[in-house]
Amino acid sequence: MSSAAPTIALVGNPNCGKTALFNALTGSRQKVANYPGVTVEKKVGHFTTPAGRTLQIVDLPGTYSLRARSPDEEITRDAVLGRLTGEVTPDLIVCVADASNLRLALRLALELKRVGRPVMLSLNMMDIARKRGIEIDAARLARDLGVPVVSSVAVRRGGTDDLLREIDNAVTNLPAAGTSSWKAPDAGELRGGQREADRLLDAAVRRGGERDVGTARADALLLHPVAGLIILLAILFVMFQAVFAWARPAMDAIAAGFTWLGALVGSAPLPDLLKSFLKDGLIAGVGSVIVFLPQIVILFFFILVLEDLGYMARAAFLMDRIMGGAGLHGRAFIPLLSSFACAIPGIMSTRVIDDRRDRLTTILVAPLMTCSARIPVYTLIIGAFIPDQDVWGFVGLQGLVMFGLYATGIAGALGVSFVLKRLIWRHSAGEPFMLELPDYKIPQAKSLAIGLWTRATIFLKRAGTTILSMMILIWVLASFPQPPEGATEPAISYSLAAMIGSAIQPITEPLGFNWQINVALIPGMAAREVAVGALGTIYAIDGGEGAAEKIGQIVAGQWSLGTALALLAWYVFAPQCASTLAVIRRETGSWKWMWVTFFYMLALAYVAALATYQIARALGAG
Amino acid sequence: MGFRGRIRALVVEHAGTGLPGPELERRLIELGFVEGAAVELLHQGLFGGDPIAVRVAHATIALRRREAMAILVSAEVPA
Ligand SMILES: Nc1nc2c(ncn2[C@@H]2O[C@H](COP(=O)(O)OP(=O)(O)O)[C@@H](O)[C@H]2O)c(=O)[nH]1
Ligand SMILES: [Mg+2]
Repeated sequence: MSSAAPTIALVGNPNCGKTALFNALTGSRQKVANYPGVTVEKKVGHFTTPAGRTLQIVDLPGTYSLRARSPDEEITRDAVLGRLTGEVTPDLIVCVADASNLRLALRLALELKRVGRPVMLSLNMMDIARKRGIEIDAARLARDLGVPVVSSVAVRRGGTDDLLREIDNAVTNLPAAGTSSWKAPDAGELRGGQREADRLLDAAVRRGGERDVGTARADALLLHPVAGLIILLAILFVMFQAVFAWARPAMDAIAAGFTWLGALVGSAPLPDLLKSFLKDGLIAGVGSVIVFLPQIVILFFFILVLEDLGYMARAAFLMDRIMGGAGLHGRAFIPLLSSFACAIPGIMSTRVIDDRRDRLTTILVAPLMTCSARIPVYTLIIGAFIPDQDVWGFVGLQGLVMFGLYATGIAGALGVSFVLKRLIWRHSAGEPFMLELPDYKIPQAKSLAIGLWTRATIFLKRAGTTILSMMILIWVLASFPQPPEGATEPAISYSLAAMIGSAIQPITEPLGFNWQINVALIPGMAAREVAVGALGTIYAIDGGEGAAEKIGQIVAGQWSLGTALALLAWYVFAPQCASTLAVIRRETGSWKWMWVTFFYMLALAYVAALATYQIARALGAG
Repeated sequence: MGFRGRIRALVVEHAGTGLPGPELERRLIELGFVEGAAVELLHQGLFGGDPIAVRVAHATIALRRREAMAILVSAEVPA
């Protein structure tokens, strides 16, 4: 289906600023991209040119060639060649190039010319190129290359003016769709292309090849074989400490807000059942999940900053050999690190991995990375059972336990991939690891804000839909049937929830779980963090007024340390998020791998919780 | 470290990598490894000096030694 507005495609090497340009041009007028971070999908937006024309623009994954080596690059190739079903070729291709790193971009530009659509070259990051004394004769380049050439600075106000003007020029007389003479180039053609690009470069650019001094200095330390690894570990450690410490004040404020709201409803002249529904079901349930927004925002803040800085590629470099020992590809580091925020964008970003088995392994272990939805559960249990004290004078014990849980997840992932790659597939001579290390960039406040905002709205939307409906379900299960006249036990003991929880009891008994936990685990399947809200609701109904606010204290009083630790162990491994499983199905294109993931994780969770509880009990903490 | 040179040839026939030779060759060229380009070894990893980061003309590329073996470099003669 061809839309009325002409379509512009942004194509270029990774990290040249395509997404930044896309954001600058479309502003808020983009369909909210699902997940911030590396672009692995095409993103569509609209904007209006100074001449008043409305255009459609697509942001695409970065690539060095249309030859497409990995699934994300296939998206770019198919979008540019109009191979996606129901789509036409773009009316204009804007080849985006990092002006301070033109060489590979020029070869790509030459290749793009063969697609048969109008091409324009945008020399982006002109501010950086100028600062480094790189002189580019754009007129000469345009003449030699045979396409319009403009400069742009995606991150500065007015930085896209030239680009917009040239786009206006180009779309006034768009040629009819021509025939594409593009075909996958062989080595000889690629070599010829690069030779020609080098000639263009020599003719039009002065002082282009020098290394960025700041990047060279930073890398001397950050890529140092020993210091680099230590710094990487330190960054991860600070990240997890920050999630715990910095979020506190904001979390306390949110919790206080919901308590106030609950009290307000509690004192309203409403029927008891409705009051219980609003207060215990809605407010206690949703509130106990929303409290974790600050932690999730902080985690994403770190990931986005590292990404924008250009550090993620370095991390992949540092980790390649270490992960290789476990059968993982160095490129898997970035998807796995994003999985700490959420496995869904993590699994999607495995598209940058070309080899099928490398990619599959990464997808299978990604859900073992501790995602942010586990944070609420971890926080609750750690807060209730682990004393808030410092060890060695400066490290919080609670943060340390948190770190341990993350480490366990990582160890699990490494173990599983080791078994898969080395024992089952016996995959030896693997895919090569080749990755450009971009110059460091100061992260832009605006793109960070867009990224964080996107993430926060996704979380709040989830809280308002999936989590809310699960909370309602839990409240219904926990409230009906109502206790008979003259009941002696707490009301919830007569409810459906209690029946279900008790029915599963024989299975979870060896893990030290009580029926309240069992009930909380079920809606946790839809979204992990619901478990906390569910416990809030269950214990609120069980314990009467104000119990939801004190859920931490309640579980501390009702569970043994062994039970708490077993639940933590369960949560490290359990396959508890329907959306992750759905994404695995989509990305692998098969039900088989989804079920494989589900069952292996379930088995690991059971064994881990069983071992934890039984050992704790043997040590007297059961 | 700091080894500098110029690429003399890409020899992909017997590279012990998971890729067929011609494919490896194309990928190397796409990242700028063509005959005549200046290269410099910048960094290497902790274990077995692998992977390595090299400056090739205007860009810095990380790759494993196994693939890098296909790039034949003649050492720079000091001017
Ligand atoms: N100084 C400067 N930074 C830029 C410019 N364009 C993009 N960036 C930064 O470069 C990094 C990579 O940009 P991004 O849009 O993600 O690149 P993509 O991979 O091509 O989508 C980000 O940190 C951007 O903020 C520019 O014109 N000037
Ligand atoms: Mg992008």
